[in-house]
Amino acid sequence: MNLLEVRDLKTQFFTADGIVRAVDGISFDLAAGETLGVVGESGCGKSVTALSILRLIAPETGRIVAGSIRFDGHDLTTLSNEEMRTLRGHKIAMIFQEPMTSLNPVLTIGTQIAESVVRHMGLTWHAARERAREMLELVRIAEPRRRLEEYPHQLSGGMRQRVMIAIALCCNPQVLIADEPTTALDVTIQAQILDLMLELKERLGTAIILITHDLGVVAETCERVIVMYAGRMVEEAPAASLFARPRHPYTRGLLRALPRVDAEGETGSGRPRLEEIPGLVPALTRPIAGCAFGPRCGFAVERCHTQPPVLSETAPAHRVACWEAGRVAEAAA
Amino acid sequence: MTLAAAADAALPPIASPLAKAAAAVRRNPTIFIGAALLTALVAMTLAAPWIAADPFRQAPINRLRPPSEPFWFGTDQFGRDVFARTVHGARVSLIVGLSVATISSLIGLAVGLVCGYFKRIDGIVMRVMDGIMSIPSILLAIALITLTRPGLGIVIVAIVIPEVPRIVRVVRSVVLSIRDQPYIESAIAGGTRNTKLLLRHVLPNTLAPLIVQATYVCASAMLIEAGLSFLGAGVPPEIPSWGNIIAQGRTFFQIAPWSIFIPGAFLAATVLAVNMLGDGLRDRLDPRLARRM
Repeated sequence: MNLLEVRDLKTQFFTADGIVRAVDGISFDLAAGETLGVVGESGCGKSVTALSILRLIAPETGRIVAGSIRFDGHDLTTLSNEEMRTLRGHKIAMIFQEPMTSLNPVLTIGTQIAESVVRHMGLTWHAARERAREMLELVRIAEPRRRLEEYPHQLSGGMRQRVMIAIALCCNPQVLIADEPTTALDVTIQAQILDLMLELKERLGTAIILITHDLGVVAETCERVIVMYAGRMVEEAPAASLFARPRHPYTRGLLRALPRVDAEGETGSGRPRLEEIPGLVPALTRPIAGCAFGPRCGFAVERCHTQPPVLSETAPAHRVACWEAGRVAEAAA
Repeated sequence: MTLAAAADAALPPIASPLAKAAAAVRRNPTIFIGAALLTALVAMTLAAPWIAADPFRQAPINRLRPPSEPFWFGTDQFGRDVFARTVHGARVSLIVGLSVATISSLIGLAVGLVCGYFKRIDGIVMRVMDGIMSIPSILLAIALITLTRPGLGIVIVAIVIPEVPRIVRVVRSVVLSIRDQPYIESAIAGGTRNTKLLLRHVLPNTLAPLIVQATYVCASAMLIEAGLSFLGAGVPPEIPSWGNIIAQGRTFFQIAPWSIFIPGAFLAATVLAVNMLGDGLRDRLDPRLARRM
C-alpha cells in the first residue's frame, strides 16, 4: 500500500533567463514506514521535489506545471491552500538543512514545539507543553523541562536539529521529509541524528524521504534510493542493489568518486586514484534533447544525444533510465 | 567534600546587584546617560506643581529680571517666572514626543508588517508612503492647524502623519529580510497560518529595530513641535511650551536672552537624551540582530 504516489511531477521556475526545469518528470512511490533516499548533486532538483510535495514553492517564482502527488486519497496539487496548511506539519512534516537558522530566535523551544501541537492536534497550551516535554525526551535531550524555557541560541547545532525533529514528529506525521538533515552537522553528530531518526521511524512508523548528497548516509539508512540528475530520475533501486550493481553511468560515476578504505590499488601499491565525472551539469534553462547525462557519459552512443531514455526495469525493483544500461552493468561486473 | 559542594566552590562568586549594574553602565554608558537625563526630566515634569511657581502669573513689576534667587531662570516681559514656564513646558514636549512615537510606531508597525509580508499590497502602499514623505512636515502641520482649531491633539496628528512612513520603511525592510529566513520557511512547512506567522514569528523580530527607530521619531517630534510653536502653528500661545516660550522671548532677546536660551537648552538636552538612549539601544539590540541574520 503506497502512502505517497508522485507521478510525472514537473516543477518550473520562471526567471529572467528563461524557464528553469528544476524537476522534469519525476515519478516514485513511498510505502508506509519506508525510508527512501533521494540523492544527486547540488541543483539536481532534490530539494525542489521535496518542496513541491509540500507545495512550498513560492508562487512568485515557480510552479508545479504538471503531474500529480497522491497522498491519503487526495491529489496534493489540487488541494486548497487552507487544506494544504492543515496537512503540513501534521500528516507530512519536513526538516530543513540548517538547524542553526531553522528555529525562530525570539521564541522558546517549548513554544515552538507546542505551537504545532496546538495547531494540528487541538490540544490546550498546557497539554501541548507537556507533549513538547515528552518529545524532547524522545529525541534524547537532557533536562527537557529546563530546555523548554530556553531559546535556540542556548542550544548546540546537534541539539537544535533534535528540536527540529521533535517539532516535525510531535503530531505523528505519516511522512517525514528530511532535506539534508545532517549536512550542517559534524560527523559524530551526524551519526547520532541519523540513528535517532531511524529509531523514531521504527517506533512511530513514519515513512521518511531522506534527501542528501551523501551516499554514505544513504547506504547506512535507506531501504530504497532514487538518483536524480538535472531534474530527472536516472535510477531507482533498493539500496543494496544500487550499491552492489549500479546500472546508470552517473550512479556508477558517483560511487567511483567515493573514497573507499577497503579498496586496494590495481598495482597493489596503495589505493587507486578517485575518479571524477568529467564535464558540468547542463543548464536547466534550455530543453535537453537526449539523455541529460549524455555529454558527460563515457558510454554514450548516437541515440543518447537525440532520444531521452525512459525508466525501465532491468532487474527486480531496479529501474534505470539509460539506453546502454546493459553495457554499464557488464562493465561493472 | 561532596561532589556538589566541589562544583559550587568552582563557580565564580555571584556578583552583587550593584556590581552588576556598574558593569552594565560601563559596557554601555550612552543608554544610562540618556535614560538618567530623561528620568530626571520626567520627574521634574511630574513634580512641576510643587517645585515651580504658577507659570501663568504675571507680575509686571518683576519683568525682565535676570536669573536670581527668587527667579532662578529670570522672568520674561510680563514678569512670568521662566523657571516655572520651562518646567511646565517640558510637559508639552514629553507628551508630544511620547504620543507621536507611540502612535506612529503602532500605525507604522501594522502597515509595515502587511507591506513586507504581502507583496501584492506592498507596491501600492509604499508609493502612498513615498507621497506622504514628500510633503514637508512643517507645511502639512500649518495647513492642518489653519483648517482646525489649534490644540495639542492636532499638533500630534500633524507630526504623526509625516513620521509614519519612516517607521513603515524600517519595519518593512526588516520583515522583507525575515520572511526569507529558514525559520519562517520551516514554520510554513509546519502548517502555520498567515496571521499566526506574522504575529508570532515575524512581529517579535521587528521589535528591536522598531524601538530604536521610535526613539529617533520621539526626538524629532519634540523638535518639530517646538518649531511649530515658535512659528505660531503649534500649541496655543497661552500654553507654556518650549517653542512658545522661545517665540515670546524673541522680541526681548537682546535684553533678556535667558528666556530664549534656557528653554532652548532644555529642548537640546531632552533631544540629546532621547537620541543617546536610541543610540545606546541600537548598540545593545543590533549585535543580537546581526548574530541572528
